Amino acid sequence: MSEVILSVKDLQVRFPLTRSMFTKRKYLYAVDGVSFELNRGETLAIVGESGSGKTTTALAIARLIKAYAGQVQLGDIDLLSLHGSELRDVRNRMQFIFQDPYSSLNPRLRAEHIVREPLDSQGRLSAQDKEQRVDELFKAVGLRPEQKRLFPHQFSGGQRQRIGIARALATQPDLIICDEPVSALDVAVQAQILNLLRKLQSEFSLTYLFISHDLGVVQHMCDYVAVMYKGKIVEYADRLSLFNNPQHSYTKELLAAVPTITL
Amino acid sequence: MNDSTHISTDEPVLRSRHPFVETAEMFFRNHSAVVALVVLVTIVIAAIVGPFFYPTDPFEMVWAPFSPPGAEGFLLGTDYLGRDMLSGLLHGGRVSIAIGLAAALMSVFIGITVGALAGFYRGWIEEVLMRITEFFQVLPTLLFSMVLVALFGASLPMITFAIGIVSWTAVARITRAEFLRIRELEYVTASRSSGATNAKLIFSVILPNALPPIIVQAALMVGSAILFEAGLSFLGLSDPNVASWGQIIGSNRPYILDASYTVTIPGVAIFVTVLAISLVGDGLNDALNPKLRQR
Repeated sequence: MSEVILSVKDLQVRFPLTRSMFTKRKYLYAVDGVSFELNRGETLAIVGESGSGKTTTALAIARLIKAYAGQVQLGDIDLLSLHGSELRDVRNRMQFIFQDPYSSLNPRLRAEHIVREPLDSQGRLSAQDKEQRVDELFKAVGLRPEQKRLFPHQFSGGQRQRIGIARALATQPDLIICDEPVSALDVAVQAQILNLLRKLQSEFSLTYLFISHDLGVVQHMCDYVAVMYKGKIVEYADRLSLFNNPQHSYTKELLAAVPTITL
Repeated sequence: MNDSTHISTDEPVLRSRHPFVETAEMFFRNHSAVVALVVLVTIVIAAIVGPFFYPTDPFEMVWAPFSPPGAEGFLLGTDYLGRDMLSGLLHGGRVSIAIGLAAALMSVFIGITVGALAGFYRGWIEEVLMRITEFFQVLPTLLFSMVLVALFGASLPMITFAIGIVSWTAVARITRAEFLRIRELEYVTASRSSGATNAKLIFSVILPNALPPIIVQAALMVGSAILFEAGLSFLGLSDPNVASWGQIIGSNRPYILDASYTVTIPGVAIFVTVLAISLVGDGLNDALNPKLRQR
């Protein structure tokens, strides 16, 4: 029925632990045999505690760190086999939205330049088309046109995250990886940004891979949830069944750990 | 449409100010740095245009030796061969400052190249480049420059090269440190994930953000290169056909007790210039350091 955008099979990422010359080198498997599929227009959340390997999975899928084994297909492209300029050409089909809106924008560039950068790297559009595209993007994420000329430090955290989102949308990617996009923002702004992400998803039929440790956010955003623990996916289910009927003991613990206020 | 997706419009529209303008404002708030800049600009202008208005050859014997400053119409007197000190100061300043600038430029160029490659690519490239840097760091700098000048002749380009080749290590280390820090920041990852080439990442993403401490170091290096040149000249390793401040001090050295002004005047010139450069560098450091900003 629906088209599979991203298919990950048995992905492994490992980091060397010891650097001794005489003992056999040991490795930490940060991601250990992760598999999942993601359809166009849907949102998959990867949840888990710190160090569970969720961000590492995302980085490996985006070819920002090296995967040790496994397969990642974006559409019909085998991502892990690409090199050099082939890889650079594919990069604009998936984009990142980062956690920290303060370090994710280059402090020396104006907002319009930051949003335009993926288009510049792609190098397919004329200057005029790029300008127009930047205007559209600013409108889409709820920024005013006169803010184009400002520098990142002149924006608030929420506004900066909007710039980050506009940048991620610039090349009309098939897949957007959101790496804890709201965890650095305060709660009122979190809601704004999450609503914006949902609005954009329905407008442009975007596909999100959503990394988070906040189950409240996940419940608000996602169609499917993969729970990661120590580098493995321990439970994979659609949103309703995961939240209503968790199977794995770790998922139950995770749900029980969500802070609630009882008066 | 959901209202919360839009920003409230009651916030003031900020003026778009370039970071450069902010840095300049910050610099001009630092009074000692501004005074030093004025002094420095005066010295540089005097060294550039002075010789046109005062064309007396600094090597020409114009009057009796050891004529004290002010006497016989020579503002700064004459040296042991009866050469005009003022002319030496103006013509020599040109050479000293030019060598300082050229040597600093050369070491900045080498330092940025080595540091950027090491910090960006890591791995064995970093190992090799940093071992080379350490090799140059442990060389006795003055001795190495003396050997170079003694072997290949005391011409201006050779002296500049000899100074530049021993003083780039600090820049290389600073550049590498900044690259190591900045390459892990998310905006670099963002550029990389949108398909930027390595060259673009190095030159137009990381380097501009790494520049502030490098600029400060470069400014201070002009001062130390002037001192270094003076040191070489004092030891007699200077181009004998070109006057520089250090060379004037070196050639008048035997008469330091009888006619101390012949050594003092160029010495004060070096002192004031290097001090001004240091203060300007310090002011730049404060202006470029975002942690001190907006307190």
